[in-house]
Amino acid sequence: MYDKGKVLIGLAIFLVLALSVVGYNMTAGDNKKPEPEKPKGYTACVKSTDYMKSSHMVLLNEWRDEVIREGKREMVKTPEGIMVEKSLQNGCMHCHTSKVKFCDRCHEYASVKPYCWDCHLAPVEPADGKEAI
Amino acid sequence: MKVLRPIIAVIALIVAGGVLGMSQGTQMLVGVILPSIAFLVFIVGIIRKVVDWSKSPVPFKIPTTCGQAKSLSFIKEDRFDCPNSKSDVIVRMILEIFLFRSLFRNTNAGVKSGDLPKLHYGPSLWLWLFGIMFHYTFLVIVLRHLRLFTEPVLPGIGLLEYFDGFVQVGAPVLYQSDLIFMGAITALFIRRLIMPQIRYISLDTDYFPLLLIFSIGATGMLMRHYFRVDVTGIKELTMGIVTLNWTNPGTIHPIFFIHVTLVSTLMIYFPFSKLTHAAGIFFSPTRNMANDSRATRHINPWNDPNIKPHSYADYEDEFRQFMVDADIPVEKELPPAPAAEKKEEVTE
Repeated sequence: MYDKGKVLIGLAIFLVLALSVVGYNMTAGDNKKPEPEKPKGYTACVKSTDYMKSSHMVLLNEWRDEVIREGKREMVKTPEGIMVEKSLQNGCMHCHTSKVKFCDRCHEYASVKPYCWDCHLAPVEPADGKEAI
Repeated sequence: MKVLRPIIAVIALIVAGGVLGMSQGTQMLVGVILPSIAFLVFIVGIIRKVVDWSKSPVPFKIPTTCGQAKSLSFIKEDRFDCPNSKSDVIVRMILEIFLFRSLFRNTNAGVKSGDLPKLHYGPSLWLWLFGIMFHYTFLVIVLRHLRLFTEPVLPGIGLLEYFDGFVQVGAPVLYQSDLIFMGAITALFIRRLIMPQIRYISLDTDYFPLLLIFSIGATGMLMRHYFRVDVTGIKELTMGIVTLNWTNPGTIHPIFFIHVTLVSTLMIYFPFSKLTHAAGIFFSPTRNMANDSRATRHINPWNDPNIKPHSYADYEDEFRQFMVDADIPVEKELPPAPAAEKKEEVTE
């Protein structure tokens, strides 16, 4: 091997960069599946769980456009027959009362920072100490 | 024809990934085992390539010089285009790796029509532009993917995502890097197709990586914006790969497995193709050598140590008599031979 020192340093940098992710998770690893807290007393949302899981942001965007730009404020019915307002704070968060225990669980896991809260006020979380912002 | 075979290959990969990603049984194979193997092949392949290159001797000093070499004190030296020292070489390499200066220097010859057609040379920056757009957005995209491979997510990734989705179009937010990436890779592909001279020299191995990477980007964007796959489920799977704790949540759309199949193919293909220029650039003798062959002698490593240097002076010393006899001019005359002088006297 020519320039053995330099080549080995280069290979070492490559290996460290390539394997750093594995190393990071070995040391900092706390790989827990997120479990958002579901509201008690309700069994179904306005759409199916699968749809809500992957596409709630699309629904929220549609609601925003309908309500703010087209003035369509009619209520939405859940399978249980509950009427839900097309609104983040008065609709979604009527049942899902906690941002910290519901929204943030998955969002933090997947490193998603929705810009809802740029304008909307996050609900005041019950001061039980551990989950407060 | 050269473009047809890579198209068929990529379509075959997409179909294979889709079919295997359809059923729970084979999802593990294509979503977890294949990328794990591909990552190992990538690492080992790159190391083997680098070791192989480092064993290859460089017989001659062959830096490409693109400027004035170090000369007399009143002649301006072009330090980074004709590096004279190790530090200048390092600067030149850094500029090459981060700014692609050799592509920036591309020129194009053309004929200007007028009363008399005139030949002119101008800069040709399209390759440089699309190349640099492609490479940097690819870097951003790879870094953004770390959100799926680290828990808690590495600091800084969130900030990168924030700035990448700065325009806040749609939900989930559209990333600018995705658009630039897809635009650049498309432009690089079309460039090969429509420019006759580039098309002439393009091979299957030139089209295949472009098509493969395009498909990776396309499936990635489809996953995010059209199918909107189960991201927490995917993170469970990807975290399972990097913590060697393999799981399949079973809720992931097949498009994810197509994406993973294509990425795995890229990783496996990488060390054995033109894509290893990422490592090869460091071993490029036309870039990593200083143009100082007049100041320091470059010893060819494959020289036989038993063969000693034989200068012209030595050569003449060895053969002077024969040269004089054959009327070949010599630099140093034969020593006056006393015996010969006597003979001359006798004949007179």
